[in-house]
Amino acid sequence: MPEVQELVKSLADKYGRKRENLLHILQGIVEQERYLSDVALTEVARELDLSAAQVYGTATFYTFLDTEPRGKYVIRVCRTISCDMKGKNRIIQAIEDALKVRLGETTQNNKFTLLETNCMGWCHEGPAMLINDQAYTNLTEEKVIEIINDYAKNK
Amino acid sequence: MTYKKLKRIDLIFHEDCDCSQVLEKTFRKSNDEIINDILESGLKGRGGAGFPTGLKWKFTAEQPSGDRFVICNADEGEPGTFKDREILFKVPSKVFSGMAVCAKVIGAKKGYIYLRGEYRFLLPQLTKALDVFHKEIKDLLDFEIIIQMGSGAYICGEESALFESMEGKRGEPRNKPPYPTVAGFMNKPTVINNVETLVYAFMICKHGPTRFKELGTSDSRGSKVFSVSGDTPIAGIYELELGMSLDHFVEEFGDGDTKAVQVGGAAGFCVPRKKFKDTIIGFEGVPTGGSMKVFNSSRSMYNVLHNYLEFFEEESCGQCTPCRVGCQQLIKGIEAVKKGEQKAAYLDQLMKLSETMKLASKCGLGQSVANSFSSIVDNFREEMIY
Repeated sequence: MPEVQELVKSLADKYGRKRENLLHILQGIVEQERYLSDVALTEVARELDLSAAQVYGTATFYTFLDTEPRGKYVIRVCRTISCDMKGKNRIIQAIEDALKVRLGETTQNNKFTLLETNCMGWCHEGPAMLINDQAYTNLTEEKVIEIINDYAKNK
Repeated sequence: MTYKKLKRIDLIFHEDCDCSQVLEKTFRKSNDEIINDILESGLKGRGGAGFPTGLKWKFTAEQPSGDRFVICNADEGEPGTFKDREILFKVPSKVFSGMAVCAKVIGAKKGYIYLRGEYRFLLPQLTKALDVFHKEIKDLLDFEIIIQMGSGAYICGEESALFESMEGKRGEPRNKPPYPTVAGFMNKPTVINNVETLVYAFMICKHGPTRFKELGTSDSRGSKVFSVSGDTPIAGIYELELGMSLDHFVEEFGDGDTKAVQVGGAAGFCVPRKKFKDTIIGFEGVPTGGSMKVFNSSRSMYNVLHNYLEFFEEESCGQCTPCRVGCQQLIKGIEAVKKGEQKAAYLDQLMKLSETMKLASKCGLGQSVANSFSSIVDNFREEMIY
């Protein structure tokens, strides 16, 4: 996979090759590829002269540094107490029905992955979710379908 | 017991002032004078732990010469806390200015904002505001602020875990001492302050320490930004004077049927209705990093506790056994009691386990699981069983 090699090299050129640059590089890969493949991780290890275990160990510590393939749009529905009280299960159910996936799965066209996440700081406007970096709040079943449809059609 | 009436304050969000003008005025003072102002104000850290801000700055300033850093902790992850997001959204230049004052006092040339991954959508506008700020202070101070993103790990809000993360490692807390003032980021003397603390420090520079000190109580000076959520008709972000009783808080924010308030998030304490009157919100009573979660009588406190424990089980860094295994066993334990697989008395054993976690865990996460566990089980024991 020469593209990944090139990506890793360009990120290392941009951020540097020291240990303290590791997270920036991993974040940069996820931004482009949506996840960290084994090839990408070993390439980072080679480029920064770290062991693959150190790189893998660091990556898997962080929820947003996925090591499994993800869709183009990663949906993360907040599961913590306020959003739970406000009915996050209904929101998840609505997304599952609309996308024909279960929690943790990616749609066949690789466009959406549906996940849960811990408190994302929108407790006063729950239920809330992130689609990649974008936050959506005060969700209802209707509203979430509208948002997903918009992504499916226009993005 | 003395407490304050609930009083709304408008200090932090009130107009985005001409920060460089205030900085210019502040920088005419000596570093000692600035530190004394912060000490005099009585400002304590707003992230939850409540260490006196002036002392943190003083200890770092006293370190032998060499590199040092100021870090703004914007890894706001405590369930029920969302005030730092609002502060960074509405008055970012006050945050930058607070960092600049600190940088001047301790002699730092570089500052970092560690922004949680969930707030990445703030990055474009923060970067823009930062560009403007750097231009404004160019002639005042040799100081640069860099924004570093987190990647979804609650524990990185713990200061030493945050340093580890900034150094490109797993966010596992370090042993203390050494404290950050001696050896923080890259093992250099570091001041790490919460977003809100930095803004208050700057406001104290602007208005002088008296205006801040007049608010609050002797143990809890000033005002604080609260994140109010749960069963309340007016969820949101409010700046309130410290030292109010929980009774007054519930009168203002409750829905008329409040049975408990979780003060300080999942790592905080659950206070039941019968204790509202005698509970002061502040360092002399129940402290909070800002999270106030209101529950009415329709809520099952078992579900609340279960949700918190799931949170901790997942967010525990796994480094030390009491926290890693303790969280798992507490969940399993309350599930077993609820299903009738264990007798009710098993809850007492779980209480002992949570006490052990408090004593033996390496960092604040493992130590504070017992807070919500014991306060919920103590006060709502029957809900755990039936």
